[in-house]
Parts: sequence; C-alpha cells; structure tokens
Amino acid sequence: MHILLDYETLRLIWWLLLGVLLIGFAVMDGFDLGVAALLPFVAKSDDERRVLLNTIGPVWEGNQVWFILGGGAIFAAWPAIYAVAFSGFYLALFAVLITLIIRPVGFKFRSKLSYKVWRQSWDTALFIGGFAAALLFGVAVGNVLLGIPFRFDSELRLTLEGGLLSLLTPFPLVAGLVSVAMLVMHGAAFLQLKTTGKIRKRAAKYGFIAALCSVIFFILGGILVSTIVDGYHVTSAVNGSGASNPLTKEVAQQSGAWLDNYHRYPWMITAPILGILAGLCAAWSLYRGRAWTSFISTALSITGIIGTVGLSMFPIILPSSLDPTSSLTVFDASSSHLTLWWMLLAVVLFLPIVLSYTAWVFRVMRGPVTIENIRADDKEAY
Amino acid sequence: MIDMEVVNLSRLQFALTALYHFLFVPLTLGLSILIAIMESVYVMTGKEIWRQMTKFWGVLFGINVAMGVATGVTMEFQFGTNWAYYSHYVGDIFGVPLAVEGLMAFFLESTFIGLFFFGWRRLSRVGHLVATWLMAIGANFSALWILIANGWMQNPVGAAFNMDTMRMELTSLSDVFFNPVAQAKFVHTVSAGYVTGAVFVLAISAWYLLRKRHYEFAKRSFTVAASFGLASALSVVVLGDESGYVATEHQKMKLAAIEAMWETEPAPAGFTIFGLPDVEAKKTHYEVKIPWLLGVITTRSLSQELPGINQLVQHGAERIKSGLIAYRALQILKQDRNNQAALEDFKKHQQDMGYALLLRKSLNDITQAAETDIAAAADSLVPDVPVLFWSFRIMVGLGFFFIFLFAAAFYLSAKQRFDRRWFLKLAIYSLPLPWIAAELGWIVAEYGRQPWIIEGILPTFLGASSVSASQVWTSLIGFVVFYSALAIIDLFLMIKYARLGPDQVTPLSKPIALNPM
Repeated sequence: MHILLDYETLRLIWWLLLGVLLIGFAVMDGFDLGVAALLPFVAKSDDERRVLLNTIGPVWEGNQVWFILGGGAIFAAWPAIYAVAFSGFYLALFAVLITLIIRPVGFKFRSKLSYKVWRQSWDTALFIGGFAAALLFGVAVGNVLLGIPFRFDSELRLTLEGGLLSLLTPFPLVAGLVSVAMLVMHGAAFLQLKTTGKIRKRAAKYGFIAALCSVIFFILGGILVSTIVDGYHVTSAVNGSGASNPLTKEVAQQSGAWLDNYHRYPWMITAPILGILAGLCAAWSLYRGRAWTSFISTALSITGIIGTVGLSMFPIILPSSLDPTSSLTVFDASSSHLTLWWMLLAVVLFLPIVLSYTAWVFRVMRGPVTIENIRADDKEAY
Repeated sequence: MIDMEVVNLSRLQFALTALYHFLFVPLTLGLSILIAIMESVYVMTGKEIWRQMTKFWGVLFGINVAMGVATGVTMEFQFGTNWAYYSHYVGDIFGVPLAVEGLMAFFLESTFIGLFFFGWRRLSRVGHLVATWLMAIGANFSALWILIANGWMQNPVGAAFNMDTMRMELTSLSDVFFNPVAQAKFVHTVSAGYVTGAVFVLAISAWYLLRKRHYEFAKRSFTVAASFGLASALSVVVLGDESGYVATEHQKMKLAAIEAMWETEPAPAGFTIFGLPDVEAKKTHYEVKIPWLLGVITTRSLSQELPGINQLVQHGAERIKSGLIAYRALQILKQDRNNQAALEDFKKHQQDMGYALLLRKSLNDITQAAETDIAAAADSLVPDVPVLFWSFRIMVGLGFFFIFLFAAAFYLSAKQRFDRRWFLKLAIYSLPLPWIAAELGWIVAEYGRQPWIIEGILPTFLGASSVSASQVWTSLIGFVVFYSALAIIDLFLMIKYARLGPDQVTPLSKPIALNPM
C-alpha cells in the first residue's frame, strides 16, 4: 500500500479531524442536550413538552452517532488517548453513559403510557440526561486542562493514580458551566427554528441568558488559565514523524503555558474571538427572535470555544499531572502511519455521504412542530 | 502485579453488559428486515393491512431498538474504561472496524430510523420504503463491522508487534476485513438474528390466532415469519457449521473444549452427543458418540487428526518457552536496538510472545519463570470445558428445533391451517428460545476464547485498566440496578403493546400518502 501523505501531515490532519468530530458532536447532539436541559423551563404542560421532544424526535438518534463515531475514531486514530481518557475519567464516564442511556429510552418510552407520574418521571430523567451530560463534558475538559494523573512504564503499560474528577475545584466547575450554558443557548436557538408562539418566546428568553452566561464563563475560564491554572509545554525537540511512544520527549508544567501558542501563532486568537463574538451575536439575535442567525451564531460560538481549547494545548492533547513526560501529544499518541491513512480514506469517502443524507433528513422534517400536528400523529409522535 | 479483582470484576461487567446488549441486537437485526419485507409488500400491492403490519411491528421494533441503542453505547466505551491496556495495545487495528461501523453503518441506521417513525406523512410510499430498507441495511452492516472487530480477537491477522511503540500495529487492512473467522461469524450471527425476529413475529401472531383476534393481520404475519424463518433457520445451522470448520483452523483449543475431547483421537473423530466432562480427572464420563461426524464437520476430511486438550496444553508449554526467548530478546533490544543476536531471536520467536505473557499472572519478572510456572501457565490455556460443552449442545439442539418449528409453520401456512392449537401453543412457548440460543452462542464464542482477550497475542488479565476495584464495583452495581429497572420497563411495555394489538395501536385508516409516486 502506497501512502500518499507523510506521517507528520497525517497526524496533523487527524488532530484537526478530532476537532471536527468533537465540534460535530457538540453542534449536532448539543442541541438535543440543550433542548432536554430546557425541558422543564420552556415547556410547562404535557402538550408543550411533547412539542419540545418532537422537535428533536426524528433527528436525535442520528445526532448521537457523532458521539459514538467520536469514540470509535479516537480508538482507531488515537488509541493511547482513548485508553487514558476513558480509564482516567472512569466514574465520570460511567455517569455520562447513564445519561446517554436515559435518553433513548426516555424519548421512546415516555409517550407509550399517558399516566401523569410516568411522563413527569421521564421528564425529570430527560432533564438530568441533558443537563448532567453537558456539565460532565465540560468538567472533563476542565480536568484535561489541569492534567490527568497517569504515567507510562517502559513497556507503555498505563498506571493511573487517583482518577476521580475534581469537580468542585473552581476551574473545572467553570468549564462545566461554559459547557452547560453553551449547549443550552444552542438548544434554545434550535427551538427558534422548530417551535412557534409561547414556547418559542420562552426558549428565546432562556437562550439569551444562556448566551450571555456562556460568554462570561468563557472569559472567566480564560482569566483562570492565565492566572491560577498551570499549563504544560513540550521542552524537547519534536519529531513529527517519530514512533508513537510518549516517553521520547520532555514536557514541563508551567504557569500560563496554555497561552504560549497565542504568542507563537498569533492567528490562533481568532478562535476565542469567534467564541465570544458569535456568542454575543447569538444573544442579540435570540433577543430579536431571528431564528437562523441565532442557530448559526450558536454553532459558530461552540466551534470557537472548542477550537480555543484544542489550539491552546497544541501539540499536547492529554497532559499528565503525575509525570508530565508521559503526556500525550499529536506526534506521539497516534496510530500507525498505515492506520491513519486508511482511516482518512474512510472519512473522506463516507463523511460526505453521511452529511448529505443527514441534510436530506433535516430537509424532509423541516418546519416547526406544533401541538396540532402532534395530535394528528398521536401514535407515532413522542 | 496485576490486580485480579479488577480483572475479574471488569470481565463480569463486560460479560453482563454484552449479554444484556445482545438481548436486543438479534431482534433488531431480524425485525428490521421483516418490517422492510412487509412494507415492500405494501408498496407493491397497495393493501392497507400490510401498512398496518409494518407500523405495528414497527412500534415493537422501536421499543426494542431504544434499548439496543442505549446498551450499545456502553459497549463501545467499555474498552477504554475497563480495558485500557488492551485498547492501547491493539487500538491501531481493533479501533478501525469500530470507527468504520459508526461512519458507514450506525449513521445510516440511526438517521433513517427517524424517518421510519416520523416520515410517514412527509414521504411518498416509495420514499418511505427506501428509508426503511436503508435503516435495515444499516443495522445489518453494523453487525458486519462489529464482527470484523470480534473476528480479529479470535483470529488476529494482518497485524504485527512494533517494538518502538510496544503495541500491535496494522500491516494489512484487507486481511483484517476478509478474515475468514469474521466472515463466518457475520453470516452465522445475522441469520441467528433473523431467526429471532421470525420467532418473535410467529409467536405473537400465534397468540392472536389462538385468541381468535386480528385474524387477517395475524395470518399474514405468521406466513411472512414462517417463510423468512425457515430460510434463516436453515442458514444458521449451515453457516454455524462453517464457523466450526473455520474454528478448527484457528482455535483448536476452543474446539477441543467444546467437544470435551481430552486426548487426540484417531481420524476421523466422533462427535460426542452426551457426556459428563470431568475437569479434575481430565476425562468425559458416560460418552455417547456418533463416529466420524466431528472429524468430517470440522476438517472436511477423513484423515486429518484433531488434537485433544492434553496435547494442546503440552504444545502450549512449548510455545511459552519459545515466547520467553522472544521476551528476553525484547528486553535486550530495549537497551540495545542493534544487537543482532537478540533481533534474530525475537524475529524467530515473536509469534509465541503472547504465550509467555500468560506467565504475568503469577510472576512480575517472567524471565525468571521456573518449569512449574510454565506448566501452570500452560494449564491456564484450557477454557471452562463443561460450560462450553453444554452451551454448545443446547445451542445446536435449539438450532435444529427452529428448523422443525419453521418447517411446520411453513407447511401449515401453505395449507392455510391457522387453527392447529397444538402448534400455536408450541410457537408461543418457543418465544424465549432464540434468545437462549443467541446468548449461549455468545458464551461459546467469547468465554471459549479464554484465557485470551486476543487469541495467542494478549491474555485477558493483562488487558485491564489500572483503575481501582471500588470504581469497578460502583459501575458494576450501577449497571446491574439500572439495567434491571430498564429490563422491567421494557418487558412491561412490550407485553402491553403486544396485548393491545394492531387494531388499537395502529388502527387501519384510509391511505394517507399525500404525494403518491
């Protein structure tokens, strides 16, 4: 097999694709999580709640595959990252799994019986599923920035120490709040496209608040990163085409190191600016009731916020707080040259197909959901 | 040292969550195709009752799929949470089919399932039918990629150890994709899924017929299930036989354990129909054998010998010693990459290195292994013989029963005799059987792979994460409690909707295809 791209380039492409997949998940499944988190606030009666659930009803299942695909792609392209991140956040990931298990059954089972207790219990479960998942994702990202307590021995066997999320330290908590606020504003923007009347207005109100909170918490996170959070940086020379063995380089922990890249590559500042400006634009357009502008702004703001995290850490992906040298970077945590190449071909071939049929399904299901059309479709609707 | 408590708890958790997930998968595979067939008949004939059948079975399908999706998420992430070293060691190969599954199959299924349920008014008849088929194809493609991943654990082809990265890396993608074990497993597993779907439809239809309810609906569903089920039940047995043939080549120990065949028999070996395997005495008591059968099935010849468990253990001890040479050479090469003698030793013996790793269970430094350690490690190569012996026999027995069941159903539906009470009752009582067969099949395949997580390459106990036992206890108890609650709700809803029946759940109505093609 002849590989047309060199190892270093493929690693950089796969680092970008990692970002694309995470942003894809946050943009696509993010509004499902946001809508679920808004459920008790935006929809008061059972009819209204059904409207909310049916806005995401036809599409959440496809959206959730972004999460599954993210997991699979990290497994294939970044096996060491898959191993460290998921075993390092063992209990947090267990909690995320529970929230993700609640959703499919919640959506499907809620409408199957009409008892009040039954439906209200599922509403609570779905709210927790949306809110807790959003919070946990953010807290996990906050913990990644602080470093995970792991080390590799000379056989590259992985040892973890501690391994519980430090949920209650200020920085991960702020990261969690950014995540919740950003996905709630995104969910609210989606509801501008898919609902009418009172529900739409209420969603706009909560979305406006969430968008402002998202910007404020994001800036607060940036201030913490430049003051109390110690970053990491690679101190030895980097061999972009070297073997994927994390023990071949040196990494040091240093205050403010997560901001180094903005001096080295000034263009990177576009990511946080996008996160903030698009967030403000989202707040404004939600306030003015502009559906499409809101949705595009919230999607762009999410892209900017997630992009900021990735760019600030480059080339590090998972820093180790226990043994900084074990930290995983773009150039020592990837799969083999051959696997990255094949996986790239698979993505280039299939992702456009996936995006086109997904777009087609959204087109077929376009237009707002109202109480009337749910009643007409009573047996099939959620 | 390896924390065996973490290993055992992680194995238990993986087994429970996989067996649980596998309650929903076969029905999804079978029912998706059955529904697509019913809808095809609707589109071709325009008869409203076929649309009702599609929708009613679709409602039950939906309840089942929700559980399948929910429990499937756990599976994909459990490799990382509980089997971190495994993930790092073979992710370069094993991750590929999992990622492609998401990209090519699961996206397809999950995107079109939305249209299946929500698209009836928004699509033309043909358009909706296409969505249904894409959903069914997506579900079945998922099984293909998952079984390519699983097939690689049974027969790790197209990969090699890289000492710079201390892990296995891909050498040939086509070897991984066209792994004969994966191909045999795929066709066997999906046909088992089709049998499950067919028994499900047959049993519920039989219940309506027995109660004299929904006659028109039930007799058509019965007929579809009977014909689809007969074809599937035949192929499940034929293709299972193919699996056995493939296993002979690649997993001799698994086969010998299934047969409780302790000593090598003169060719062609006989098939043991009954016996009581005695692990202590390494003997099988009260054997009843059919001469020649096993040899013919598994080797397709009369002259090829099948090795017994004791011979395989002896052979394993040799491979452990050979693997130790490779392991020692690797330690030298870690210090001095240019040591030619070590490099040659490593190349010559590296295919046995996994066997040496079996010693890690009791030794930190395996280069110090004594003869007794090697003998104990070789003994650990034998999987749980009685469990495999009986699981396999019950599974095969059920496989033959399904052929009989569907042949009878096919005959009765061809004769339009939907009133044979004994058969209707038999069909109803058969409802749990395909699940039992499927779960036993999983046990034979995966429990029979022990002590390996990847056959011959990595022992299971080495694959586990370095998490604490209390963390695994927490998740294990959490899964058991949470999954049990969901199982109760799922069963309750299934029974409730099956009892309500098609006339209440999906009443017949005027055709509402607004934009017919």
